Amino acid sequence: MRTASSALKSKDLLGIELLTPEEITLILDTAEGFKEVSERPVKKVPALRGQLIINLFMEASTRTRVSFEIAEKRLSADTLNFAASGSAVEKGETLIDTAENLVAMHPNMIVIRHKHPGSPRMLADRFENISIINAGDGAHEHPTQALLDAFTIRERLGRLQGVNVSIIGDIKYSRVVRSNIHLLTKMKANVTLAAPPTLMPAEIEQMGVRVVHSLDEAIEGADVIMMLRIQLERQGKLSFPSLREYYNTFGLTRERVRRAKAGVLVMHPGPMNRGVEIASDVADDPKVSVILDQVTNGVAVRMAVLYLLGGAHAGGSE
Amino acid sequence: MNVKKRLLDGPRMNRAIKRMAIEVVERNRGLDDLMIVGIRSRGVPIGERMAKEIEEMEGTPVSFGILDITLYRDDLTLVAPQPVVKPTKLPEPIDDKVIVLVDDVLYTGRTVRSALDALIDFGRPRQVMLAVLIDRGHRELPIHADVIGKTVPTDANEVIKVKLTETDGEDEVLIMEK
Repeated sequence: MRTASSALKSKDLLGIELLTPEEITLILDTAEGFKEVSERPVKKVPALRGQLIINLFMEASTRTRVSFEIAEKRLSADTLNFAASGSAVEKGETLIDTAENLVAMHPNMIVIRHKHPGSPRMLADRFENISIINAGDGAHEHPTQALLDAFTIRERLGRLQGVNVSIIGDIKYSRVVRSNIHLLTKMKANVTLAAPPTLMPAEIEQMGVRVVHSLDEAIEGADVIMMLRIQLERQGKLSFPSLREYYNTFGLTRERVRRAKAGVLVMHPGPMNRGVEIASDVADDPKVSVILDQVTNGVAVRMAVLYLLGGAHAGGSE
Repeated sequence: MNVKKRLLDGPRMNRAIKRMAIEVVERNRGLDDLMIVGIRSRGVPIGERMAKEIEEMEGTPVSFGILDITLYRDDLTLVAPQPVVKPTKLPEPIDDKVIVLVDDVLYTGRTVRSALDALIDFGRPRQVMLAVLIDRGHRELPIHADVIGKTVPTDANEVIKVKLTETDGEDEVLIMEK
């Protein structure tokens, strides 16, 4: 059997950059087993019974937080949601102090989202008996998003190797794109990026991707078109003249999808800005859009990650 | 580990599985409500072979499912690394069915306990039976098999190794010493 690859090396999931292709495959294979749990009449298994998982969300999130919480509940873990607003954070408590206080209540895992890149790593180094899961840290990484994207591609196309994935939009401010580039290049998919020059980081080609400058070039030959949200909240001021102009040059419209390869998949990590990066009729077209599949698969992938990290080391038996 | 004895070779294993299939049919009136459910991993090929034997005998196909019990193990927080999880596949609802759980070896009974818990999460069968290729004794829970391929008295320091063509390339059952 696959004894060599049946475990993750780290107690934490901080980013895709730190995973091997074998570990990525293990997570995706495990998620297949968990997808079926969500289709049962009783959508719950006792795997993480008695484990406490704290969801520490210091930045707005609906999809990811809800998805993690459902995944935790379906594994029978006890969950506690901690949001920055309404907490002592508003009174000036630091992240470390908040975390120290939560850890004093003996959680097994902490799922953290924070606007500062590296904050999950800071907690992971500090608390050696607790698994830390990065649910998005600034513009750094969002590993479970990349894993669910990969799961969705693999489910639809049967493989990752050699698949042409074009990622379009806010490359500069997106943690989703960084995690996806790490994952897709590790799994030998071909990644193409397209964005206005102001949203394209310099020398990003060094990550092993192809950069093009128009949406049409990016769409040509793509098996997967992944649209990114324009992160207005991170940009300060707009990096392009207007949202309307962005839609006209980089928005994914029905007309543009028609020029793509037959069977192309359209993905979006959400939340969508309809009429900015993607047209409504594309987003809602079940023939091309797998956006809601991504959401469904997110639960299975997060269950897999929690299960794989929630083993003996997190049970405190060592 | 050294091989102490070969308990079954290919032909003898086939006869045992055939006999198990006959017993399942004899114990049930009709096949309509019957579902054979193999416990991953080696209960699956044994269950498939039993289902095939029943189909050949009775001329009608019998429902077959696969149960993964990993998430229901009582030692999940004690073993590292985490065991591999695979999907459970049941072809139809199990409510009011007669389920025949199939596994390769019955030992402590803990796997069967997990399997019962897993099964109940899918519905309420009318009856659950247990069929195993080898019963080696040393139960730690009040569980017994209804249909047994071969009963083998063993010592606790012995290991029963069931090999099947589908998973291991050949059919045989060995008794080994730790």
